[in-house]
Amino acid sequence: MLDVVEEKLKVTNVGLTFHNQRTKRSLRVLDGISFGVREGELVSIVGPSGCGKSTLLAGVDGLVGFDVGEIRIDDQVVTKPGPDRGVVFQHDSLFPWRTVRQNVSYGLEIQKTLPPGEIACRALQFIELVGLKGFEDSFPNELSGGMRQRVNIARALAVDPELLLLDEPFAALDAQTREFMQFELLRILGRAQKTGLFITHQIDEAIFLSSRVVVLSARPARVKEVVEIDLPSDRTLDLKHSPRFSELFRHIWALIEEETSKMNLGVAGEGAST
Amino acid sequence: MNDLANTRADVRPFRAGLGALIARNENFLLGAITVIALLSFWEMSVRLDWVNPLFTSSPSRIAITAYTMFTDGSIYPHLAVSGLELLVGFSLAIVVGIPLGILMGWYRRLNAALDPIVSALYATPRIALVPLIVIWFGIGLGSKFAIIFLSSVFPILINTIAGVRTVDPDYIKVARSFGANDWQIFRTVAFPSSVPFLLTGLRLGLGHALIGIVVGELYAAQAGIGFLISLSGATFQTDKVMVGIIIIASTGVLFTNVLRMIERRFDQWRSSHDQ
Repeated sequence: MLDVVEEKLKVTNVGLTFHNQRTKRSLRVLDGISFGVREGELVSIVGPSGCGKSTLLAGVDGLVGFDVGEIRIDDQVVTKPGPDRGVVFQHDSLFPWRTVRQNVSYGLEIQKTLPPGEIACRALQFIELVGLKGFEDSFPNELSGGMRQRVNIARALAVDPELLLLDEPFAALDAQTREFMQFELLRILGRAQKTGLFITHQIDEAIFLSSRVVVLSARPARVKEVVEIDLPSDRTLDLKHSPRFSELFRHIWALIEEETSKMNLGVAGEGAST
Repeated sequence: MNDLANTRADVRPFRAGLGALIARNENFLLGAITVIALLSFWEMSVRLDWVNPLFTSSPSRIAITAYTMFTDGSIYPHLAVSGLELLVGFSLAIVVGIPLGILMGWYRRLNAALDPIVSALYATPRIALVPLIVIWFGIGLGSKFAIIFLSSVFPILINTIAGVRTVDPDYIKVARSFGANDWQIFRTVAFPSSVPFLLTGLRLGLGHALIGIVVGELYAAQAGIGFLISLSGATFQTDKVMVGIIIIASTGVLFTNVLRMIERRFDQWRSSHDQ
């Protein structure tokens, strides 16, 4: 096995079928998915809604097991959640009874790898990194959606994970805040030097953030195509108006559109699940 | 709620002196006026011989009776007995209700096993159990502890169960993904998120405990505020009945407000709970 480039995350031939106890029906969600994420790279996964993107991410996190295939991080097979992964969930899911500082230090408290003094110090460092200095003692309900998502990112980063998993983290934000947060995410990831796996249904977001985009097919999800994003690695917002960006956008959009129409024809009436 | 009220008050045009004072305390003043009007009417009805004070008593008679009972010390044994009953019975309900509620909320099987008993006892009017309890625990303090305990434990238990069961699954997912074990999930997620429920349970439980005092002492007792009420009632001492009622009512109001204040401390984050 001579891999030319070191792969941080390796997903090999992963498949999953859900069995509904009540309706006695089986639903094939994932089918033979394989792809890799290299060290320091951000890879996005896009696909028609309900195709199983979030399930795949939960699998990488170790919250969901698979029927076949395996997921390796640094050549270690994933079986359960571990400190090498940090997750930024779709709903910010900040603990409302904890202040920003307490939320960010949550993972460190659970993992108990640092003495309390150092935990506080680390939390502050990441609060500063995401640009929330001065809000350490605010409660989540006192923050805007964008700020909460920053806290969410800081909480995931504070445990110093090898791999950052982001499950549509900006889906609930308004368009302007989302663009700004995309830019911020790149800055934060660059500073923290993290490898990331990003789930989204926004094609432009996927292109803008990633070095590669994995396009999934309709359910059961297969890898339809892995699109290399050959844009300059120094991403700025005006890149979104470049011809190459539009070309990539149209290409991925066509891929997904093809799958969406297939989904509507083929499995009409089947409940969506993500 | 509070914020909204404050903002609205700020918007009001500024008025100087007495006007401003009245505007600021409008709700309190309206309430006070109603109470004073009612009391005056009551006093007047007795003074003008519209009604017989033997049946209705009157504010001034109640005040005088209360004053003599406190100065000659005849009220204190009753207060001490009922206070002790409340303390022991309610504390027991907390000590049993909260941990059991947490366990029943957390472990589905335990809940399934105990639910029939809890539901049955909760649905039974506790007053129906009083004769049995007196047979088992006698007419002394023991039976009162038991009655107050049984009255207040269920609201506490049921609210605690609800609190633990309604933890947002998203929070548990976060904890799990950080590798939290069951105990850590309980301590950092399930417990803090059920605190508001728990306090509501305590507040309701306290109300039931006060009912328990009266009911318990009504049936068989030698002292206590409930006993004072029932004995004075049987001997047509309406003034003393009223004193007893006022003591029970003010205890309820006092404790309820203390618990409300504690609840309000949690409102800082609670308002974001349903988003």
